[in-house]
Amino acid sequence: MNMRKYALAASLAAIGLSFTLTAPVHAQAKGKQAQEQFFPVLVYRTGAYAPNGAPWANGFVDYIKLVNATGGINGVKATFEECETGYATDRSVECYERLKNKGGGATAFQSLSTGATFALTEKAPVDKIPLITAGYGRSESANGAVFTWNFPLLGTYWVGADVLIQHIAKKEGGFDKLKGKKISLVYHDSPYGKEPIPLLQERAKMHGFDLSLLPVAHPGVEQKSTWLQIRQNRPDYVLLWGWGVMNSTALKEAQATGYPREKMYGIWWAGAEPDVKDVGEAAKGYNALAMQHGAEPDAKVVKDILAKLHAKNEGTGPKDEVGSVLYMRGLISAMLGVEGVKRAQERYGKGKTMTGEQVRWGLENLDLTQQKLDAMGFAGVMRPVQTSCLDHMGSSWVRVHTWNGSKWQFSSDWYQADEKVIRPMVMHASLKYAEEKKITPRTPEQCKQ
Amino acid sequence: MIYRENGQFKTSYAADQQIFPILQDRWAILGILAFAFIAVPLLADEYLFRAILIPFLILSLAALGVNLLVGYCGQITLGAGAFMAVGAYAAYNFFVRVDDMPLLAALLLGGATSAAVGVVFGVPSLRVRGLYLAVATLAAQFFWDWAFLRIKWFTNDSSSGSVSVSNLSVFGWDLKSPTDVYLFCLAVLVVFALLAKNMTRGAIGRQWMAIRDMDVAAEVIGIRPMYAKLSAFAVSSFFLGVAGGLWGFVHLGAWEPAAFSLDRSFQLLFMVIIGGLGSIMGSFFGAAFIVILPIFLNQMLPWLGDLVGVSISTAGVSHAEIMIFGALIVFFLIVEPHGIARLWSTAKEKLRLWPFPH
Repeated sequence: MNMRKYALAASLAAIGLSFTLTAPVHAQAKGKQAQEQFFPVLVYRTGAYAPNGAPWANGFVDYIKLVNATGGINGVKATFEECETGYATDRSVECYERLKNKGGGATAFQSLSTGATFALTEKAPVDKIPLITAGYGRSESANGAVFTWNFPLLGTYWVGADVLIQHIAKKEGGFDKLKGKKISLVYHDSPYGKEPIPLLQERAKMHGFDLSLLPVAHPGVEQKSTWLQIRQNRPDYVLLWGWGVMNSTALKEAQATGYPREKMYGIWWAGAEPDVKDVGEAAKGYNALAMQHGAEPDAKVVKDILAKLHAKNEGTGPKDEVGSVLYMRGLISAMLGVEGVKRAQERYGKGKTMTGEQVRWGLENLDLTQQKLDAMGFAGVMRPVQTSCLDHMGSSWVRVHTWNGSKWQFSSDWYQADEKVIRPMVMHASLKYAEEKKITPRTPEQCKQ
Repeated sequence: MIYRENGQFKTSYAADQQIFPILQDRWAILGILAFAFIAVPLLADEYLFRAILIPFLILSLAALGVNLLVGYCGQITLGAGAFMAVGAYAAYNFFVRVDDMPLLAALLLGGATSAAVGVVFGVPSLRVRGLYLAVATLAAQFFWDWAFLRIKWFTNDSSSGSVSVSNLSVFGWDLKSPTDVYLFCLAVLVVFALLAKNMTRGAIGRQWMAIRDMDVAAEVIGIRPMYAKLSAFAVSSFFLGVAGGLWGFVHLGAWEPAAFSLDRSFQLLFMVIIGGLGSIMGSFFGAAFIVILPIFLNQMLPWLGDLVGVSISTAGVSHAEIMIFGALIVFFLIVEPHGIARLWSTAKEKLRLWPFPH
């Protein structure tokens, strides 16, 4: 026998073992003690979107650690486990299956990918686990009567698109001034990027502006032809629906094309530090939406995290990232999950572990008043959120912030999406979904249960 | 000692030509089937079904399809993902547009559509070979990626371009629990594997292999290259189409073209190369290697870390997973360029002589 044979035998044995061991490895985490609330965390810290995925994950995990450092959820310890998805739908599904029964059952899933949200939307009702998609996911899932288990809290892409048009109209001096204007949507060619299109088309019909759609293929580093079209068309405004490296590439291309950055508006996923940092001065004047919060280094909750976690070296990720835009979004996403549990505990028993069904009730009856938010350290970060059976989104408070070359600064007042435009579209799309899936929408009586 | 064929005499042509001429093989395969159909549903839990076994079965079917084309007919393809996508979207359209369309019929029609598309995109194979053909089949990948992203009709005017299906049932059997889905996929795979095995043993498979080994010589002895090559494309695409339908319908439930991207095509090609070109068994080995090993590494590394008291970050695990996986691919290709299937047959040879090797 020589080395080669040994090595070969060993690796074959390893592969053989992988069949037998995969089950025990994942099974061993089961059977933990009660009074723990398990939060699965689907993250992407590697791959093309890692620069944006990592701060979100750090914020999420830090908030759970903060909850535990301050006594847990009414005494219940919050536990979590990360699972790397790489922004791939099939790995997300694997992670979902891996984590859903761990630690006494998952509280709620947050997929941080619109593609994965679509796949998990089909699975969550079967497993009875809520799916929180704060600021992403499918827009029509705001109708909780049909999408019982989906919670697109704080905002959907239709909200984002609607606010952008409102803001542009305000700049121009009224909706009537939009007639004949040219607006281009540069979007990530995936369900994420396509979500706003129906709303923009609706608005284009209403106000008579000219909408052109310019898709960019994943991961978005090749945009030469897109920006050539923009150079030829000279649109009055460019809306950017990018994620990860696509955003900084778009800004660099805009600079190369000579397109004014002041006329560019990004969705909230295209308005964070990783998007503009490498571009620096060239991104000056670029605007993006801020869903509720922007970069909040001065918020009380951020200071708490720095004092209680990072000062003791228990924090997640680099210290200077704490309070950045995507970090805050992860943090708020975790907070919404925790608040859902708290609300459920008010009904089903304080200091107990909540099941997915109970958390679903909690999320559906969420009532975060300004007082509560201020008490939690979210003063100035968030405005109130109140959900109901028909409205799983809660609220749609959005501002615009502008990159001044070194940091994001708010440059507009608060906006809310126009319910008159969005509500009929949500109802139409969700009822179409219900019809396809043979779901009977819940009646107001069923909602009360 | 136990694996010997001494004393097994074949007294008829039928006995001589059966799929597994050795008695022990027949018992082994029956045992494996019984294990897969009876024991696994009793033993496995939901995670094992949904995250490992079902993807493994579906991608095995896809790898079988690629192996028929690449391994048996020698036509390299990088369009496997596209044919899966065609199968999935065609099945989806049949399923939602035709009232009361049975699931199985939709999947098979999806496969048939994919076969037709495969023939069209196989036409360049009549002129170009090898790497040039691989590049030509890339066209299929890009074209269908584009079509499913842009042409709204294919996605039933879904605003986001993502489509979904639910309420699946076959002959009144609701595919709800993971066990049901697993058994359904397994049944489909067994039927298709039997088909593939028999095709490769029959006239058509021999034509493919003749074309693969030397196409001029094959033509001289009377094999029509056009028929042989295009039939390989059609059959392979049919397998891929059905696999794509299963992947979208029963595994993901909702999908977008990214589920069948170029990465998927590469993944399938690697499965066949690592598993063993021109071997039905190899398709299964390759699928197991590519589907299960990364997930196993991903869970094994933190566990190993815990044993020695080190906690590895999520990103660290993910990077290590990719590195170890890559190293293993290189390792296997160096020790056995003919794939894991060849290792298997070498092991069988050894077992025949055991315990008295020459």
